[in-house]
Formats: sequence, C-alpha cells, structure tokens
Amino acid sequence: MDCFIGIDLGSTTTKAVVMDQNFQVLGRGITNSRSNYDVAAEVAKQEALLNTRFHLFRQSLSSVSALDGQLDDFLDQLVRDFRLEQFLEQLADLERTCISNATADRFGGDTEALHEALGEVFRRLTIEAPDQFAPGAQRKSDFFRDIAGSRYLAVGEAVAGESGLSFDYVLNVYDRSIIDVENRISEETLSDKLMRALDRTFVAFDDLSAASHAVRAPVRAVLDTVLAETYVIGTGYGRARLPFSKEHIRSEILCHGLGAHVMYPDTATVLDIGGQDTKAIQIDGSGIVENFQMNDRCAAGCGRYLGYIADEMNLGLHELGPLALRSTRKVRINSTCTVFAGAELRDRLSLGEAREDILAGLHRAIILRAISILSRSGGIRDQFTFTGGVANNGAAVKALKQLIKENYGDLTINIDPDSIYTGALGAATFARRATDGDGDEGPATTTEH
Amino acid sequence: MNKAATTAKTAPKVGPDVIKEPSMLKQKAMIDANFKLLATANEEGRKVSSTFVPGNLNELQMCFDLNCNFPEINALQNGMRKKSGRLIMEAERNGQSEDVCTYVKSDLGMIMQGNIGPTGDKLPDPDVLLLSYTGCFTFMKWFELVREKYDCETIMLHVPYQADGKITQNMRDYVVKQLKEEVIPTLERVSGVKFDIDRLRQYMVESAKAEDDLVWILQSAKNTPSPIDAFFGGVYYIGPIFTAFRGTEAATEYYRTLRGEIEQRLANGQGPVTPEGNFGKERFRLVVEGTPNYTNFREFWKMFYDEGAVVVASTYTKVGGVYDFGFRHDPDNPIESLADYCLGCYTNLSLPARIRMLTSYMEDYQADGLLVNSVKSCNSFSAGQLLMLREIEKRTGKPGAFIETDLVDPRYFSAANVKNRLESYFQMLEQKNATQAA
Amino acid sequence: MPLQETQQETLKETVENIVDRCQALFDDLDFTVVKEWKAANPGGKAIGFLPIYVPREIIHAAGMLPVGILGGGDQLEVIHGDAYYQSYICRIPRSTIELGLTGRLDSLDGMLFPSICDVIRNLSGMWQLLFKDKYVKYFDVPQTYRDDIAGTFYIHELQTLREDLAELAGREITDDDLRRSIAVYNENRATIEELYRLRAGLPWQAPTSELYLLLRAGMVLPVEEHTQLLRDYMVATSVEERPRRDNCRVVVNGVFCEQPPLGLIKSLEMAGCYVVDDDFLLVTRWLLDDVPTDGDPLDNLSKAFLHHSAATSAKYEPDKANKGRFLIDQVRNSGAEGVIFAAPSFCDPALLDRPMLQDALSRDDIPYTAFKYAENTGQLQAIREQAGTFADSIKLWSA
Repeated sequence: MDCFIGIDLGSTTTKAVVMDQNFQVLGRGITNSRSNYDVAAEVAKQEALLNTRFHLFRQSLSSVSALDGQLDDFLDQLVRDFRLEQFLEQLADLERTCISNATADRFGGDTEALHEALGEVFRRLTIEAPDQFAPGAQRKSDFFRDIAGSRYLAVGEAVAGESGLSFDYVLNVYDRSIIDVENRISEETLSDKLMRALDRTFVAFDDLSAASHAVRAPVRAVLDTVLAETYVIGTGYGRARLPFSKEHIRSEILCHGLGAHVMYPDTATVLDIGGQDTKAIQIDGSGIVENFQMNDRCAAGCGRYLGYIADEMNLGLHELGPLALRSTRKVRINSTCTVFAGAELRDRLSLGEAREDILAGLHRAIILRAISILSRSGGIRDQFTFTGGVANNGAAVKALKQLIKENYGDLTINIDPDSIYTGALGAATFARRATDGDGDEGPATTTEH
Repeated sequence: MNKAATTAKTAPKVGPDVIKEPSMLKQKAMIDANFKLLATANEEGRKVSSTFVPGNLNELQMCFDLNCNFPEINALQNGMRKKSGRLIMEAERNGQSEDVCTYVKSDLGMIMQGNIGPTGDKLPDPDVLLLSYTGCFTFMKWFELVREKYDCETIMLHVPYQADGKITQNMRDYVVKQLKEEVIPTLERVSGVKFDIDRLRQYMVESAKAEDDLVWILQSAKNTPSPIDAFFGGVYYIGPIFTAFRGTEAATEYYRTLRGEIEQRLANGQGPVTPEGNFGKERFRLVVEGTPNYTNFREFWKMFYDEGAVVVASTYTKVGGVYDFGFRHDPDNPIESLADYCLGCYTNLSLPARIRMLTSYMEDYQADGLLVNSVKSCNSFSAGQLLMLREIEKRTGKPGAFIETDLVDPRYFSAANVKNRLESYFQMLEQKNATQAA
Repeated sequence: MPLQETQQETLKETVENIVDRCQALFDDLDFTVVKEWKAANPGGKAIGFLPIYVPREIIHAAGMLPVGILGGGDQLEVIHGDAYYQSYICRIPRSTIELGLTGRLDSLDGMLFPSICDVIRNLSGMWQLLFKDKYVKYFDVPQTYRDDIAGTFYIHELQTLREDLAELAGREITDDDLRRSIAVYNENRATIEELYRLRAGLPWQAPTSELYLLLRAGMVLPVEEHTQLLRDYMVATSVEERPRRDNCRVVVNGVFCEQPPLGLIKSLEMAGCYVVDDDFLLVTRWLLDDVPTDGDPLDNLSKAFLHHSAATSAKYEPDKANKGRFLIDQVRNSGAEGVIFAAPSFCDPALLDRPMLQDALSRDDIPYTAFKYAENTGQLQAIREQAGTFADSIKLWSA
C-alpha cells in the first residue's frame, strides 16, 4: 500500500508519521536524535512503519473471534514481546561490541578478567530482560540507550565489585561501544523478529493455542503487505543534514503550521516549545503560514532550560512539572538565562524558599519568554494550539493558560497528547499532497519494505 | 528510502574565483591605493585624519590635503578577511566588555597589535581625530578610547538627532557654527593649509554628480527583475562615496562606469551579479533593514541568491548619506549642505522616520517582504527594530523576518541558525505566493 | 534654620517612619502619589523623564510635576516588554515599556527622553509610536561647550521645551516663574549635598540604602516636599545612635541609568563597603553649583549645564587630561578608599567608559573592582562575595 511519510529531525528526538492515501495516520515512531542523523531518521521511520503494522494487525485481528474481548491485551503483549526481541538483539550487539573494544592494548593484564566480567554482566542483563518488558514494568524510556544504559551501570557495578575489577573499566568499554550500537540499523527482517515475538505472546496467552492459526494467518498477511514509501518529506532543525533532495525538505515552520491545522482545523496561532527553540506561528484557515517568530539568538526558555534545571535539582525532567504544580506561593524568577538560572536557584534554595515554589516560578519564566515570542509574531488568536515536548508539562501548561487568560482573554487552547508529532504530521501531509500534483514536488518513486 | 529523496545534497562551496566586472576592479584599485597612501603618510609628512562614515566631511578634509582613515572600514575589512575575531578578543583581554560594540573592539585590538591594517599595510598615527557624532552614541566613546593611544587633537562635531523627523534651523545653525568656528580652524591649524571655500565648492560639484548616479543605480532595483542586489551588492556600491572618495573625480568616474554596466544589465533583462556569476530566476524581492554581517559575508549572501532572493532596497546603503529623497551636496551652500548631510544620515533619523522610509521602499520597490538583520553591536540600528518590523508589517500587510548576527564578531554568526530562519521565511513567502496565485 | 526649631517641628518623625514612607513610594509601581498630586491639583500635569538629566525647573515652572522614571526594578514582571527587545539590550527600556503598556504611566501627560545612549534615544521614537496621545520629547543636550555655539543651540532647545510645556499647561511660563523654580531646585540640590556630606562623614548614620530611597522619593514627590523630607531625615538620624561597622569606604560608579536592585545596594554595605559617593540619580546632582536666580533664566541654566555640571559616561570630555578627573575628585573629596564599578549589562556608555576610568584610577593608585548587574538581578551572592573581597583587600592594603 502507498505510504506517505513525514520525518521531523529535532534536536533531542526524531519523529516520523506514516499516512495513507486518504490522509489517515497509520503509524507514529520516535527515537532519540543522535550523532548520526541518517540513522535517527531511519530508526524513527522504521518505528513508524512498525507502528503502522500494529495498526494493520488491529484492523485484521478485530475479526478474529478467538480474540474477542482480549484483542487489546493481546496486542499490548505482542508489542512488549516485540520490544523485548528488539532489545535482546541490540543487547547481543552491544555485548559483541564491548568484547571487541575490550582489547589488551587498552586494558593490559586485566583484559581477560574484563572479558569474564562482561560475559557475566550480559548474562545477567539477558536473564533479567523479560522483566523489563513485563506488563506494568516501569521503564525510564523506550530508547535502547536509556534502558540498557541504566541497567548496565547497576549490574556492571555489582559484577565489578564481586570480581574485584575496576568499575571504570566496565564503564569505559560501554562508553566506547554504545554509540556504535545505537548508530547501527538492524539487519534482521521485521517479520522474523515479529514471528518470534508472536511465539512469546502465545506462551502468555496459552488459552489461545487452539486459535494459533486463526491469529497467525492475518498477522502473516499484514507482514506480507508491502508498505511502499511513496513519498517522504523531512523537516526539523536537523533537516539540512538529511540526505534528501531539496523538494523533499520543508521547514519546520511550515510543517508545524500545517500539522497543527490538521490536528485542530480552527487553529490560528501555534506555539511549539522544543528542546532547542521556541516557535510562534500564525496560520490561516488552510494551515498556510502567515507569520512566524523564533526565539532569538539566546536560547533561554527552551525545553533545554528545563533539562538544565532538572539536572541542577537532581530530578528527572518529567518530575519537574508535577512538583511545580504543588506550589502554594508565587515566586518570581528573573533569570531565564541558563547560565544564571542555576545560581539564582541555589541562592533561593539557600534563602529557604520551597523547591516547588521556585519550580513554579521557573515554569512561568519560560512561558513568559514564549509569550514575548508569540507577541512578536502577531499575538495569540483563537484557536491556540500548543505543541512540542514542553506541552506535556502540566506546570508549563498551567502557566501558559493563566497568562493567556490575563492578556488575551478566554481562548480555546488545544493541546494534543501526541503533539510531539505535529511537525512530522505536517510533513506527512505535505508528502501526501505532493503526489496530488498540487505542489512543485518531483515525481514520486517507490521502494518497498 | 526512495531515489529522489536520497539524491545527496553536497555542501555547496563558495568558489575562490569571484566574477569581477570593470567597476569592481576599479573600486578595488581605489581602495587599495588609499591604504597605500595611508601606509606612507607619516613618513612622507602627509597629515592624516581618522573619522567615521556617517557624517564624514570628506570634501572638507580634502581641502586641507588630509589623508583619510576610516576605523569602521578597517573593522569591516578585517571582518571580511576573517581577522576581526582575534582582534576583538585582544581588546577584551585588555579590559573591554564582551557586551559592547565589536567595531570598536576590532579597532582597538588592531591598534594594540601594532595597527597593521586589513591589507597588511601599516596604518598611520592620526594627526587629528575628527569625531563626527552622527547617529551613533558609541562613536563618542570610540574616539575617547582611541584618543588615549595618541597624542593628537580630537574635534567633536556634535550632530543633533532628528528626533521629530525634521531638521530644524536650530540644529542646522549649531552644526554650521561648529564647522565654521571649531572644525575648520582646527583643521587649518593641524594641516597648516588655509581653508579655501572655492576648493570645497569644486569638490561638491563632483559629489553631486556621483550622488546622482548612485541614486539612479539604487533605484534601478525598482525594475523586475532587479539588475542589482541593493544590500549585498549595495555594500560595494556605497564603498567609494561613503568614504575617502566622495568629491573626487575618481568617484564620479566609478559611478559612471557602474551605471553603464547596470544599464546594460537592465537592457539585457539580467539580474544582479553574484560572487558566483549571474543571478538565477528572481523569486523573492526583499527590503533589508540593518547592517550586513562581515565575517561571513559571502556565505550569508549565498543563502539569498541560492534561493532566488534579491534585495531591492536597504537602509544600510543610507548610513553614509540619504540621497534618494533629493538631498545633494550643494556647491552654492557648501557648509550648510555639509550640515544637512550630517543631520540626514540614516541612523540619525527617528524611528517613525525610519519606518516611513522602509514602508515606502516596500511599496516603491514592490517587495515581497522585509528582513531585519539585527546586529548585536549596533544599538543605534537595533534598539526598536522589533517594533519597526511589527509596524511595517501592519502598514504593508507583508510578512517580515528577523535574524540576529553581528557586524564583525564571528562568535555571533551561527550559519545553521540563520539559514534555518531564512529558509523558513522563503518557504513561507513561496507558500503564500502560491496560495495567492491559486 | 536653627537646629532646635527644626527638631521641635519634626520630633515625631523617626528615621523608620521616613524610610518606610520612601520605601512605599519606591515599591509603588502604579505611581499612586502622582495620581494623588493630580487629584489635589486639578488641571495639573505630570511629565515623566528618564535618567540622566532634564531641566526639571522648566517643568516645575509650568506648574507641572516632574516624575523620574527609572525602569521597573526587580518587582515588576515583564510580560510585554521583552517582545520589543533583543536579548543583547539592557533591561531598563523593556521594563519602562512594560510600565507604559500596562497603564501604570497613564497619569503622565508627557515623557522626556534625555540623550543618554542610542537605546534610550530610540525609545523616544518607540514612545511616539506606542503612545500617540502623549507629549514625547527627545531632549538633546550639547556635547560641545562654547556658550556662543553649544549655548545658543541649547538655549533654543530649552526654549522649545518651555513653549511645548506652556502649550500643554495652557499658560505662559514667565522668566519669573523660571527664576522661582530655579531657586526651589537650588535649595533641593543644596539639601541633597548636605545629605551626601553627612553620609560621607558618618556613613553609618545615613546608610546608602536609605539615602537611595530618599533620592528615589524625590523622583515622584513635589520638590518642595522632598526638600523637607530630606531635612526631616537628617534631623531624625542625628538623634539616633546607629550601629557602626568596620567597613571600607567606596565610590560607586556606573549606576546612572538602569538601577541596581535595592538588595544589591544593601548587599554592598553588608559586605563591608560604605558607599560615600555615587552616581545614582544624577538628575538631582547634575548641576554642581547654585544656578543664578537673576538674569536670563535659560541662559543661566545653559551656562550651568555647559560649565558646572557633573561628568558621566554619556557626556563628552573634550580634554583627554581630564578624563576620570571628576571620579578621582569624588574619591578624594569623600575620603573614599576605592571605587566599585557597577554597570548594567549591555550598557554601552558605562562599559565603554570603564577602561578609561580604570586607567585614570590606576595612575592615581586608587583600587577598584568591577561587576555587572541588571535591574532584576536575582542572585546577589557573587556580588556580595566580590564586594567583601574588595573590602578585605582594601583593609589589608591600608593596614
């Protein structure tokens, strides 16, 4: 089937959206942006195509009576099992890479002990892996680097301690290896991995063993469906580094404008706060951009600022918003400058001000910056759509709503939980439109997966 | 991944072989000659003045046989030759704040490192610092700082600000009196040459001729396609008349030659000349407010001509004199016209006047949009530009764009950032144009 | 005035009362006191002005209230102002615009923008665009000093201001009006000098944080009332025993436009530095001598400006040899032991002037230290530490 794909190469994450002929979103994928932009784009796209397969599984399995009442559970389990298979594959790659990097010229007489320790570390990681993907298991994120990294540190430290080997050695090997592993694309086909995952799922759903064929056949059929990449459009801050020709690239401004319009057709003003920049976009009734402004040279007040604050307070990025929402007292933070914010933070903590109050002040400070960029672009008009990673932060949203109410009155404010995909959605829409011949895009060509 | 998408975009390189027309070669020869003249001035006993571009009194200085050194030109030339970064850091190591104007710091750094000019020729010690305080507060501090290094006279020519959008008789009288009673007597004393007003008149005859041609050249951009780029190309066109050549026959000749070339381009229906040859299809017509960036001048320009964007009018080409609304140096009233010239330079105009000027450019030159290049160094230009942008958007209905760079500090030019914004802007204009056409 | 009599009049005024009142005026970003003055003076107009200097005598002579506008300080949340300025421009214009856009300056009938720098100069044009119904004037002052050239120009500018304000007031401003106003301001300046001398002599009796609040009160109160307030303060503090600290004595330079937060001023004293002279609110001390109250008042104001006014970064120094002289005299006359250069971030005049002033101090063996601030600087720890270290080093030096 024809697929139209948008890829948004952001500074922290890369997102992809797959759309069908009828502008229906089939799948979404996300991965962490990394040193190799091509790989980030490819991984995000593969994730979105995978997500598309699951979308298609759901469609075709919905008519399988054996799954009545447990289709959701079954698919959720299948996703987990697939992730586990993926994880194990990359873990094996990481082990091979670590071993090959643990060479005698670097580690001298400790090399052999290091190899043994690595073998033990990976043995334990492999054994515990299914627990990571068990139902209800909490993972910090779904990116290999994050899951493997945190577990490797914990297990590696234990093994090093037991064997009397320097933990630094174990760490050093990992640091050398992870980037290579992260930047390699799996050579195994999706089908093989998925069929293995399906085997695992059937173990979990042993009552379905009789219906095995009824389930496997439609899954197989979906896997045999060719997902043609009919047209791909890239966007985002890193778009210039995508190996795409010019007609396959759109600015993130156009894509965010159109993406917000597709999500909420009455959108007039869009605010996107991402990791590196803040964008304020004014669009017309068809999603055409009329004006935009981005943060000035000073990147203060972007998502990265929150990351910096989280580090400074020794908190996870996702903990900031909920903590700030517990604030009971208004504290004004004057520095949105990342350089000074840390110092101001420490100053205020030492004065005995409450952490949640300071955090609430910081969120307001960021949103104030956004308000000024919005103002430069022409203000806030009805409806207003807020997108980007920071749109998932409750404290930021609260501050924004309050400031909009105070300065622009009651407006409809749209925030989609999937707003992180706005740019990719716009790009996919451009890709779909390109084949209608209403753009100046080149002829579509097709490759098959 | 499909084939069309994987056609790798190879990083375009700005080739070393720049296309040159006769006028360009002529200009280069003129500027080089002036640097040579300056290099030998001290030894050969010729007197030297240092002065600023806006409100410069070139015709008057020539009456005293002064060789003229322009610190701003040295700074920008050092910027273009990638030398300014290290000079600025030198000045900062010696106590200048990172917050202040980088033209000043580039100049001070150069003086500290032996005052070797951008062309590698030694620059002379000045005999007089002629401080034309026109449109820029920092000029005053600049020459106070430079004065610390030299034992020479400093002349302050205070040019009042046109706050209400007009030159009052009081302002004119004040400048005229300063010229007659302070500037001229001091220059006579420094140079040992007696002032001859007829000589001044004669220079002004030449000034006015060149000014006529300059105006014609800048206004040729009203044509579609425009035969010139009035910002990146314009920077070169203003070179002689904004500096040591206004009032010389060489300048008159230069502008006549240049005009001839542009007449030819116009007749051929050609666009501007770029460093990589002829301009392609004209896709966007822009008005630019603000100064150029000099450290990455050609890289910056390329971001425009690669996209078919031509600048049809700019305010930077008015910093050393606003001629397109009728002002000319006047041989019949030489001192008064010097005063009016100084008072009329672009950065001496009020914000409402600047907005009116830009709005008229947007309309008269049929521009698709306004681009503001806001530079960290120059508050005279930059403070208020965001309001100007908003106001002009409102008056013309055309969208503006805002980018930030610096004059000569390479630390303030982020190519990826600027390109990202420009691309987004051009794509927005394209999308709008396509929608309007549909 | 005999001391006894004054004391009796004002016995009930304590330092605390007076300072509290000044603090309340300082904190009030809505300029309630200006509204009250207008309510009490029907038809009266209020004219705002930015730092460094405007001839308030002319405003006063028109029966109007001059109101000093010094930005929003660290208590104003800037919501709109940042939309107008790039990150490399100082804070005072954004908070001033914020004050304007939020209606806090509605009680002002006009605004004067002195020629401090390009940012404030351009702000005058922004004001023309944003507040079309208000009187707006860029007040250009000469940077050359000959009476027959600069004086003629300046008197003409003063005359224009006089005519503009007369039109706004709906009545003529006579020479006698001007002479009376000059006398009133002479008295105010003399009283402020007295306060400065008191502080230089006994800095613990007139802490700079209090002196600063007293000067700020003068930005919004009618001048006559302000002069009385200053006198009351001096009387009140002279009868109170106040704790003396072993601080060093410094001159603060560079604070003439965007204001440091009050916390910063207090921090200097807490860190061990008594400020014994400064360039806060120069408008109150710009003219160094009494302006004659006979003869042509505009000519007198002009001559005072050209020949007897303070030196600051925004003013051209024609004689290289005199660069830094004024500051060195401040150090000598106040018995200071060093100079603290405090400049607002991105303040071109202060920051470009600083190296020259530092060189002049070095030639005279006067120690100095330097830092930057913003009107909303939120963290003062680093500044406290720097000032403390400076104070310690001075003590070591003089020991």
